[in-house]
Amino acid sequence: MTPAVAFQKTSRHFGAVRAVDAVDLEIKPGEFFAMLGPSGSGKTTCLRLIAGFEQPTSGSISIFGERAEGVPPYRRNVNTVFQDYALFPHLNVLDNVAYGLMVRGMGKDERHRAAEDALKLVQLPGYGSRKPGQLSGGQRQRVALARALVNKPKVLLLDEPLGALDLKLRESMQEELKQLQKALGITFVFVTHDQGEALSMADRVAVFNDGRIMQVGAPEDIYQRPASRFVADFVGSSNVLPPDFVQRYAGQRRWGSLRPEQIRVGRDKSGDGVAARVLSRHYLGAATKLALDADGLRLHATVPAGASLPDDGEHVMLSFNRDQLHLMEEQA
Amino acid sequence: MRSDRSQSAPRGLKIAAAAGLAFLHLPILLIFVYAFTTEEKSYQWPPPGLTTQWFAATWARPDVWQALGLSVQVAAISTAIALVLGTLCAAAVSQTRFFGREAISLLVILPIALPGIITGIALRSAFSLAEIPFSFWTIVLGHATFCVVVVYNNAVARFRRTSGSLIEASMDLGADGFQTFRHVILPNIGTALLAGGMLAFALSFDEVIVTTFTAGQQQTLPIWMLEELVRPRQRPVTNVVAMIVVLATLLPILAAYYLTREGDQIAGAGK
Repeated sequence: MTPAVAFQKTSRHFGAVRAVDAVDLEIKPGEFFAMLGPSGSGKTTCLRLIAGFEQPTSGSISIFGERAEGVPPYRRNVNTVFQDYALFPHLNVLDNVAYGLMVRGMGKDERHRAAEDALKLVQLPGYGSRKPGQLSGGQRQRVALARALVNKPKVLLLDEPLGALDLKLRESMQEELKQLQKALGITFVFVTHDQGEALSMADRVAVFNDGRIMQVGAPEDIYQRPASRFVADFVGSSNVLPPDFVQRYAGQRRWGSLRPEQIRVGRDKSGDGVAARVLSRHYLGAATKLALDADGLRLHATVPAGASLPDDGEHVMLSFNRDQLHLMEEQA
Repeated sequence: MRSDRSQSAPRGLKIAAAAGLAFLHLPILLIFVYAFTTEEKSYQWPPPGLTTQWFAATWARPDVWQALGLSVQVAAISTAIALVLGTLCAAAVSQTRFFGREAISLLVILPIALPGIITGIALRSAFSLAEIPFSFWTIVLGHATFCVVVVYNNAVARFRRTSGSLIEASMDLGADGFQTFRHVILPNIGTALLAGGMLAFALSFDEVIVTTFTAGQQQTLPIWMLEELVRPRQRPVTNVVAMIVVLATLLPILAAYYLTREGDQIAGAGK
């Protein structure tokens, strides 16, 4: 099957800065793909390479099998939802949505009908005559989505589209985007620095750091089997265990990771386990997160609501199932 | 402290404001009155009598029409040149980053900061050095130097407020460079260009200093007025011309003011 988007040894350097450095990547057709990483990790540059706003310094990009290097943005069957939405302030909502059809020469009645349909799709029917300045952030977000989708792109690019929304709205938009993607079957490529968002929405996630992809995989893979210390730390603050520690429990000198919820906190100090001292407690609602000090090693553990909580400074015994200790590929 | 400060200004402040307005505008009204006086050799106050004969006299004078025609042509062509160069320059400075960007920004603004006499002398010596004969086109060139600044200033302010991602959004939606210019850039900077163009036109229309250094035998309207003042006959003709110029420029200036004010709201609505 031809990949929707393929990078082959693709690099984009700005002077001495390697924003994207020899990236290999295949995004499958119809996939909801997330690019996750801290700011400056190259994820947005990757998105701009697909959109055509940047050209690779070396390597190649193909979109549904067609080479994309040198093809300007306006000749790619790809549309973008911008981080600041970039709605045209001088046009009303209907003309904003119909813009792509207008520049392709579609007649006024036809394109306005299509734009009205797209507004229905994003649940803003009847908003066509308003100006973007009269809409709320969430509504602008939907207009930007409709404006991109009305062109029936093969790939839809979303650059931190939920970043400017408040928490409640963000959660409902996540849900809605996911359903929209399933219904339309369009390949979505989604850039975010929010690991929760990436894990909950995407079919697959690529974790970026320093212009490189550290790991690509399904959310469960990334979360439970991180390949490197960076991924373990960035995706959901896993406990990174040094090789000496791992050798004692798994018999191999490798870096390991252990999720906070997989650590059991016991108050019986006679048993077998890791002795630790409670540094602080953070109430999270469904659970309480403990910061622990195990002989110099900083660990986090979550205790579900209702279980008995140790006090700050109390000495506890930590235990975990050996098979939940994940050995990372990264060499010691 | 008084809590009703916003309700009414103190009496002293009101008087000061009225005096300031009177100081600014009474001389202009005086010019209007002299357009109707019956005395033609000197400006006598109060006017010995009132007449409208000078309007007919002005209409019949070919030199008025010649000077007016030249001024309109010079102003129109200088403004057209300024609109093209000023917009391009503003686009380059605000949309891209390059070495020496700040320096160029300063250099563009410099001609309006320099005294007109310096610009005039500099242009005159440059023209004679290059052996360009003084003509209609040397006046246009002289005026274009400061007209560019006005257009540039207006355009650059608007470009800064217009989000750069609008252009990318347009390209992303399938518009090429020309379509993006026509459908996105022009509507967003259009009112700023109109305001800048009107201001440039007005500046060129009443320019005296640079014109005296760059003109040959041609007389623009302000130069004609200046020479007319030292002549003893038909003095009120100058006042008639002045009055018509004031009325004719007031409307575009008011329009420019309202256009840019409205533009603030439009351009700020993007985010």
